Amino acid sequence: MLDPELPTLTLEDLGVLRSVQVEPSGKVLVVLTPTYSGCPALEVMKRDVTDALFAAGFTDVQVDIELQPAWTTESLGRQARQKLAQAGIAPPPDRVAEALPLRLSLRCPSCGSVRTHEISRFGATACKSLWRCLACGEPFEHFKTHL
Amino acid sequence: MSSIAAVVAPSDLVEVALGLGDDCLILSYRLSEWTAHAPEFEEDVAMANLALDLLGQARNLLTLAGELEGRGRDEDELAYLRDDRQFCNLLLVEQPNGDFAVTMARQLFFSCYQVLLYRGLAQSSSPALAGIAAKGVKEATYHLEHATLWTLRLGDGTEESHLRMQAAVDQLWPFTGEPFLTEAAWARLCDARVVPDLQALRERWQAEVRAILREARLECPEELGRQRGGREGLHSEHLGHLLAEMQHLHRSHPNATW
Repeated sequence: MLDPELPTLTLEDLGVLRSVQVEPSGKVLVVLTPTYSGCPALEVMKRDVTDALFAAGFTDVQVDIELQPAWTTESLGRQARQKLAQAGIAPPPDRVAEALPLRLSLRCPSCGSVRTHEISRFGATACKSLWRCLACGEPFEHFKTHL
Repeated sequence: MSSIAAVVAPSDLVEVALGLGDDCLILSYRLSEWTAHAPEFEEDVAMANLALDLLGQARNLLTLAGELEGRGRDEDELAYLRDDRQFCNLLLVEQPNGDFAVTMARQLFFSCYQVLLYRGLAQSSSPALAGIAAKGVKEATYHLEHATLWTLRLGDGTEESHLRMQAAVDQLWPFTGEPFLTEAAWARLCDARVVPDLQALRERWQAEVRAILREARLECPEELGRQRGGREGLHSEHLGHLLAEMQHLHRSHPNATW
């Protein structure tokens, strides 16, 4: 299942798929959590998950939304971060791997330069901001750190 | 915890959830009015994002209010089929957008309140409220950062931007006291540790907002404003106009979808 707004990531990659459980009766219980309170993609995700389960032959499907514990970008694994970078979206810095509490600049996903700056703190979706590379001139999106 | 929950009247929780939900809904609508009118494209996107976060919080809070009320009203019925006297949002959030400085002053005042409120609510003995607040506090914090940056930039900017930012603070200051007035339902819930103490929030809000205004070379009165009535359904003339536009489609074509 791909995220409707970031179709390079699966719902599992993004960390919004909390659990999938098949009960003895054959009923499937799915738990999703939103990235941001107003994320409009959540409705589409619910529909996509339900459609996929129906297509796989399940007839009794329930998709619940859980707010707690609140989603953070810590849910993004290394593989998810790599997929984002490959799609030209600068991922949130991996705090575990890079052990940097504060990062002043992002790496340009096109040319790798760190001579980049933020154009806007908001972007085309709630989870992204807009940046530009001063070395190659390319604008790019950044998946914002959300802790 | 269960003994605490037992002494809480559901009607008190409904009242509080409705008030906080209405704040989010009305401010979300006001911010969405900027779409395609903002001074620069990036701000257009920014305000649409703020509006979207607040709309999500409004949906969570109004859905909760409807469930607790137990009369079968869902988020849409609460948003679209109540009249102005039944809305219990703060007067601050219904104030017209004015110029960009007014919108940012309103955001600064509201987001600072919301950050402090949600931090307290995240510790609530009500798991439902705690979940909504723990989610919303991150969004509100980002909104506050945005409003702070603009307040500093405009307040400590050109002569013109300073004058406009000061005028915006003056215009909206009368509405700064209302968020911290403790109604009877709030006091009972505060005793049961469902909601935080508004007096403590008031002190923190004053310290934080006054520090930002000082850094932006802006002045404000010693006392918080005294305008009130929103929580009891007594609104300024602006809310009726807002609702007429916001509710028109749903009332003319009930349950329309596209």
